[in-house]
Amino acid sequence: MRKLLLALCIVLVGFVFIGRLFYLQVYSKNSNSILNDNAIRKVYEYPKRGFVYDRNGQLLVANQPSYDVMVIPREVKALDTLEFCSLLKISKKDFIKKYKKARNYSPRLPSVFVAQLDKEDYAYLQEKLHKYKGFHIQIRALRQYETAIGANVLGDIGEVSQRDIKKDAYYKLGDLIGKQGIEVSYENILRGRKGVKYIQKDRFNRNIGSFKKGIYDTLPIPGKDVNVTIDAKLQEYGEILMKNKRGGIIAIEPSTGEILAMIAAPSYNPNDLVGRKRSKNFTKLYNDSIAKPLFNRSLQGVYEPGSPFKLMNALVGLQEGVINLNEKITCRNGYKYGGSFMKCHCGFGVRNNVTDAIVRSCNAFFATTYRRILDNEDNASLGINVWSKHVKSFGLGNFLNNDLSVGQKGLIPDRTYYKNAYPKEFYSSYTISNAIGQGEVQTTPIQLANMVATIANRGFYYTPHIVKTIKGESLDKNYTTRKYTTIDKEHFEPVIEGMHQVYTSPKGTAYSLRVKDIEICGKTGTVQNYAIIDSIKTDLTDHSIFVAFAPKENPKIAIAVFVENGYFGSRFAGRITSLMIEQYLTGTITKQDFEDWILTHSLENEYAKPYSGKPFKINRETQYQIIEKNPKDINRIKALRND
Amino acid sequence: MIRETDRHFKFDWISILLFFSLVFFGWINIISASQSGEVIDLLDFSKSYGKQLLFIGLSFFLIVLLLSVDSKFYERFSSVIYVISMLSLAGLFIFGKNVNGATSWYGIGGITIQPSEFAKIATSLAIAKYLSDLNINIKQLKHQINIVLILLIPAVLILLQKDAGSTLVYGAFFFVLYREGLPKIYLQIAALTIFSAILSLKFGVVITSIFITIVVALKLFFFSTKKIRRRIPKLIAISTLYIGFAFTVGYVFTNLLPPHQKDRITIWLSLEKDPVKLERMKKLEAYNLNESEKAISSGGFYGKGFLDGTRTTGKFVPEQHTDYIFSTVGEEWGFLGSAAVVIVFVLLMLRVLFLAERQKTTFSRVYGYSVAAILFFHFLINIGMVMGLIPTIGIPLPLFSYGGSGLWGFTILLFIFIKLDSNRINEW
Repeated sequence: MRKLLLALCIVLVGFVFIGRLFYLQVYSKNSNSILNDNAIRKVYEYPKRGFVYDRNGQLLVANQPSYDVMVIPREVKALDTLEFCSLLKISKKDFIKKYKKARNYSPRLPSVFVAQLDKEDYAYLQEKLHKYKGFHIQIRALRQYETAIGANVLGDIGEVSQRDIKKDAYYKLGDLIGKQGIEVSYENILRGRKGVKYIQKDRFNRNIGSFKKGIYDTLPIPGKDVNVTIDAKLQEYGEILMKNKRGGIIAIEPSTGEILAMIAAPSYNPNDLVGRKRSKNFTKLYNDSIAKPLFNRSLQGVYEPGSPFKLMNALVGLQEGVINLNEKITCRNGYKYGGSFMKCHCGFGVRNNVTDAIVRSCNAFFATTYRRILDNEDNASLGINVWSKHVKSFGLGNFLNNDLSVGQKGLIPDRTYYKNAYPKEFYSSYTISNAIGQGEVQTTPIQLANMVATIANRGFYYTPHIVKTIKGESLDKNYTTRKYTTIDKEHFEPVIEGMHQVYTSPKGTAYSLRVKDIEICGKTGTVQNYAIIDSIKTDLTDHSIFVAFAPKENPKIAIAVFVENGYFGSRFAGRITSLMIEQYLTGTITKQDFEDWILTHSLENEYAKPYSGKPFKINRETQYQIIEKNPKDINRIKALRND
Repeated sequence: MIRETDRHFKFDWISILLFFSLVFFGWINIISASQSGEVIDLLDFSKSYGKQLLFIGLSFFLIVLLLSVDSKFYERFSSVIYVISMLSLAGLFIFGKNVNGATSWYGIGGITIQPSEFAKIATSLAIAKYLSDLNINIKQLKHQINIVLILLIPAVLILLQKDAGSTLVYGAFFFVLYREGLPKIYLQIAALTIFSAILSLKFGVVITSIFITIVVALKLFFFSTKKIRRRIPKLIAISTLYIGFAFTVGYVFTNLLPPHQKDRITIWLSLEKDPVKLERMKKLEAYNLNESEKAISSGGFYGKGFLDGTRTTGKFVPEQHTDYIFSTVGEEWGFLGSAAVVIVFVLLMLRVLFLAERQKTTFSRVYGYSVAAILFFHFLINIGMVMGLIPTIGIPLPLFSYGGSGLWGFTILLFIFIKLDSNRINEW
């Protein structure tokens, strides 16, 4: 025993040590990656973010340097706080607060003292910076908008949130990421890839050289430039026309699915969301819960489509063979069904074939057609499913699956949808409002525009998209593949003829909107709507809707215009449609009176009504609000025509 | 038939091989620990690794010298060596150079010598010499006192130079004395004393008292042959003594211990109840330990590779090439490398023990035992400290840590024994 004590102790200690080593190195070991090694400093080099051009190569978004004032608290010497604060435009209290925060973070490491000075502030500061020991400048790239338009298309970038960091380890605190618009949907292409340098540091946090001679270091890969499908001039013109109105315009090139203009009104200047101003302005925009400038009405606004939806019922009716081209249906000032009556303004005893019905927008004709479609099958339940399938093949009632960061599904009902409302019996008359685009049917302006583009193409569409080309990369196949509808090609001509006559026929609802030398096909829409005011359902002035494409043969533009509470489709939306089409196709307009009318008529009074707290009148009894033309806007319009 | 002239064949090549593998691997790690990313010139003698290479080279001459001297020399001159060594320790009070708060060095020209590294050898020789005297009986108190004196002189001298770690090494001789017949009761007393000290710090005097009373009672009632009625007062006396001791430990800890030592023990036993405060203490007071544990842990199973330890290169662990050299092994060679080092140490110590047991003379046996015990204490305290198993005590890792005195001290210590072992056949 005496001989063995020491030997036993030695062996025992040996085992304890190996056990401890196992515990430290194998059992409780953290990740061995250099990214988690706090002896290695990771210095990131940020790539240039890709530029954004319009479809014609006009630069819309570039980058600009911004200047962060950094502080290393240990190195700060006594300074003239008053002068320094005035240079940075902060109060002395702010100064003390920021300084304390930086010191708490680390006295040795640099932290951001004041973020994102603009060029002017920096210029003043730069001259005197040498006086302030411990402060230095770090340059960061911000977006520079070369235009005041397209905020909803171009979007903006901002600092990553904790959630972004959790979702993608690429991002580190303080990195910039797309927040809205194409900056979100093309984030990975625009941002590029940051480079990283691994630097060995010592225990005093000093750099002592690059880690392993830089074999793991990477160079930044610059972001790729993109051309958006937007035509900057058309976009700007549309935005000017939509001033003092709410709603959206979507213009699509039918032959490609490219979005020529995407206007959401009200909008804002994208430059307001750059740099130091961003948080202040964003909060202001975000908190405007009435005008909702951040709400992209052309993508997210879900409305009943109204009369333009009659085009769908005409097409489905023709496809299902429940109406034919020669058949005329008599309108008796409306349509009687099951003890109810749907009014129509065709006039008593007017007989319409399908083309005339589109021209006159005859409610009775489409109510009949709709019921026939539903009753064409064994029962209306099967019928509505057939109808729904046809309508959905136009991209309605679901996400378009496009490259826009926001969107809404809208709604095209089928039997399942009505399960709760009509659990047992279901007759075609129950959902008769769908015949005229009211009731349960809901669409977004971009879906309507796509519907028109599909009609213009006589039966197919390309998914509407916002990016035309990416430098060095091909576009997603989804945007270059035709998507065919379930309607045969020949059924489109009578419908298109009807849309054409809407303009050319004196009976047409857009006869007054016709444009010289351009064959436009369109359809007006007027949609009843209401608001809940003090828990009472109160009718508001109808929404003004217009859809159109032009020219009739070989269409170049398909457009949907939606003006909230603009009353008749031809009043606001129709005028804007004619102006937009002419502007796009010819580069100028002949309908100067339309332009003057739109620029001098505001709907702000209409929008204020529900919040006024007083009873108000709508539609026919409403008063126009006449405003002065904004000379700036006149100049902008002139400028975009002169180029 | 091995002839007497072929004596070099009788050296224990296993020990020599283990010795050199440790020295070489130690040097490899000194290279890592003393560079910071620059180009390495092994012959740059301004760098620690260059100097260590020089020390290793010189130790070859030392080895040849040690093995050439007649083995009888060590026994015969042990007393003289002891006296000279003690004088060199005492001389530090006059000529000593202060390094890091301890006056344990002689500065001669550019080099410094630490006599305490050599005092271990002298003490081992002296103990071996004393115990090998046929008139000495270790069971007699008179002789025990003499032995304690031999040990206490260097221990006290070193303690007075504020080198607590080196002092502690003299505890190693306890194993030697026990092997040579020191009554078991001393072992029991020592074990109970250490245990009750730790217990009273961690759990307080009450629990310690109960524990001591139970242990002493068990000892007296089950393992004693004496009459029952004598045992009760004995139990009370012994227990009271220990409880008094427990109180003293508490008092010394709170009132007399220097703050840095108090902190080390606080962290070791996690005496601070507030975990946040404890963490902060670990970061501030136990900075070295914290960094060393992190470095070892970051090595993982395979290690980061030679010169690729980021924490080593960044010099995150202070004193890494000396006392904390094992953290370099941990980071760059991982679990595989560090476990191998532990195993090689264990093998070397067991080998020395095995050799000691086969010695024919008491002198050689006792000396061999001392070598193993001293190595063990250094090994236990240094690696235990670097991995946070025992409180921080400044003591080098034998053959591994940077330093000429340390390397030569252990070289001499071991090779005197190898010489003695090689000669055992001649000693009938």
